[in-house]
Amino acid sequence: MTTATDVNQPTLQPAAPTGRRLSLPALLLVIAGVLALTSIVRIITGADGITNVSQMSTALELAVPIGLAGLGGLWAERAGVVNIGLEGMMILGTWFGAWAGYQWGPWTGVVVGIIGGCIGGLLHAIITVTFNVNHIVSGVAINILAVGATRYLAPLAFEGKEGGSAKQSPPVDSLGDFTVPGLSHGLSTLNQKGWFFISDIAGLLGGLVTNVSWLTLIAVALVPASWWILWRTPFGLRLRSCGENPVAAESLGVNVYKYKYLAVIISGGLAGLGGVFLSIVANPFYLEGQTSGRGYIGLAAMIFGNWMPGGLALGAGLFGYTDSLHLRGGSDNVHALLLLGAILLVIGAIWLAVQKKYVPAVITLAVGVLVYLWYALTNEVPSQIVTATPYVITLLVLSLSAQRLRMPKADGLPYRKGQGK
Amino acid sequence: MKKFDKERLLLAVAGPVIALVVAVALTSVVLLASGKSPFEPYSIMFEQATFSDIQVLIINQASLYYIAALAVAIGFRMNLFNIGVDGQYQLAAMMAAVVGAHVALPAVLQVPLLMLTAILTGAFWAGIAGVLKVTRGVSEVVATIMLNAIATSVIAYLWLPDVFGVKAGNNNTTGEMKKSGWVPGFNMGDAGEIYGLVILAVVLGIGYWVVLNRTRFGFDLRASGASESAAAASGVNPKRMVLTAMLLSGGLAGLAGLPILMGDSHTYSLNFPTGIGFLGIGIALLGRNSPVGIGFAALLWAWLDKASPELDFHGYDKEIAVIMQGLIVIAVVVSYEGVREWGLRRQQRRVGAELAAGHVLGASSDNNTEKEVAGR
Repeated sequence: MTTATDVNQPTLQPAAPTGRRLSLPALLLVIAGVLALTSIVRIITGADGITNVSQMSTALELAVPIGLAGLGGLWAERAGVVNIGLEGMMILGTWFGAWAGYQWGPWTGVVVGIIGGCIGGLLHAIITVTFNVNHIVSGVAINILAVGATRYLAPLAFEGKEGGSAKQSPPVDSLGDFTVPGLSHGLSTLNQKGWFFISDIAGLLGGLVTNVSWLTLIAVALVPASWWILWRTPFGLRLRSCGENPVAAESLGVNVYKYKYLAVIISGGLAGLGGVFLSIVANPFYLEGQTSGRGYIGLAAMIFGNWMPGGLALGAGLFGYTDSLHLRGGSDNVHALLLLGAILLVIGAIWLAVQKKYVPAVITLAVGVLVYLWYALTNEVPSQIVTATPYVITLLVLSLSAQRLRMPKADGLPYRKGQGK
Repeated sequence: MKKFDKERLLLAVAGPVIALVVAVALTSVVLLASGKSPFEPYSIMFEQATFSDIQVLIINQASLYYIAALAVAIGFRMNLFNIGVDGQYQLAAMMAAVVGAHVALPAVLQVPLLMLTAILTGAFWAGIAGVLKVTRGVSEVVATIMLNAIATSVIAYLWLPDVFGVKAGNNNTTGEMKKSGWVPGFNMGDAGEIYGLVILAVVLGIGYWVVLNRTRFGFDLRASGASESAAAASGVNPKRMVLTAMLLSGGLAGLAGLPILMGDSHTYSLNFPTGIGFLGIGIALLGRNSPVGIGFAALLWAWLDKASPELDFHGYDKEIAVIMQGLIVIAVVVSYEGVREWGLRRQQRRVGAELAAGHVLGASSDNNTEKEVAGR
């Protein structure tokens, strides 16, 4: 029991990122800078699609399930339980959501889908917390079981019903969506003007207020809510203490088992909600294999975001955006983004050179030039490369910053009551 | 001494037996809950296993599972989680198919060439995760998950008609491999053909056992899995160990798709089996990372796969087999952990009793070599 499986864990002791944390204004400045660059690229290349209102709203819709899975991962890992089973819990969410949704209305579907995810979470909690089985092993097992259970249940529940088949549920009514009147129209007109910077901001904001599902709104609100609960309430402090140092938490009278159970069940519920989003909002039905690995991507988004809600939202946004580029058939748009990538790499090279890191600077510059050549010498990018982009970026980010990421200290470690005595 | 061996055997057998019993019981509950007979499906499936054509299918399928599970197990033995076997074997099978379709050497060279291609591709893909882990500290779990997704895109790219793809109707293929790369099977008459590379699976299993249990490298690997710090203290370079294990695991994974590729399909198409890497994880767990155990587990899995379609003709859903697989995995990991803790506690109690009785501890010191279990 002494060996710690270092999931997501740098081999070296992670250094605290104290000196390098960006303050809020600096972060906003960086984001504005990237937007401005994007805008320049848009004007140079004429690829208006990259900051289109509909592009942005698609991106948001694709980011939500990933973000919800990521939030699920955040809750579990903050309490010290690694949750690879998010994928399985999402699958349970899609099935339960659609099953209840087509019979008793979409909102019941949402609730039942969350409960479905919670059941997966409860199972994970029993296996990992009570029986102390390795977290990854348990997660993999839950993924296998969830696939089996839904595949078995789907024909029983959906076959023979109108519009249903062994692999697909009957249609579920829409939850309804809203468009902020006036604002949405104004922003999209502004977006179409093609002005530098302003139109791009309008596109981004327009995507946030046009045809937004209520569930999207709830999902987005869950990000700050999770932050507030986990970092600003006594409950959250205790929960996080179980992920950092369960023995110390126990010595202060925290019931570590209880908090771990709660965290993993909530985690399952969030992943289940992500599944519901897929089977009620993104599509109005359950379809076998609908999640297509989004649970894993959510986990990646969370690690990308350094186990923080804001960071994971950013990561989910990145995944959603690149996915939307692929979905909206924008091989021109992706081609345009190559230029953006090249510019960013050159800026990175200059930044590195200023810091006197000459070797990485030269490498970054070389890569930047290569990307530029790729942009200049071709007319489009195969869509397969687009699909791979977010994963490659995540790998790059992880390899560049894994040592600066800081996971909860006791994440993935076994814990027994009274082990610290 | 003899008494102890019996107990150890009991402990080793208790885990899987308890797990299987629990899984079967739970599956029966599921069947009962859906209003069906809880026992008839088993007898149908057992009957299937007596037909020789089904037996051939089971053995063929098990050979794929076996190699994939060995790849997972080699990582497990040192606490490395190669979740990426899935991407590794698919990419490797595709590369082998591509090489096989474009190079025509005599069979004596062609077959080893294709195997080498597959091994190198798998090892390369796993090696990326290994290098990232040892140089940049990226968890192999996350890296291999990303690499799985990237592999899917790479495969889709290679399938494009102007890259290596050949369209066959609606299907994407890589074109038919040259005949010299086909490995003839064992003709079983009406029952079909057993893949020739089933032999490869057996050889790999023996090789796995020899390397792990009879070489210094294997000892170092198991030591790293049992305690990284102790292994480092005895002179093992942990980083090199991680990288080697990852490369080995990937190379093995690369071979997992070959029995069907070189024995039956002769092209990498949309019909090529997917998800074997993930199933391999469950099989490696059930088989406790031992080559014999994995063999039984692979056969069990293949039996559930190949005997279950018959259920559809008797008013049951064949998906019950998938549920059963999931339940077995969960029951297995829980029961192994339970049995292990129970064994430990028993051992402690016995040592305590011996101490109290004034015995010398050293007399039974060779008893407490707990075998490492992946599920830690």
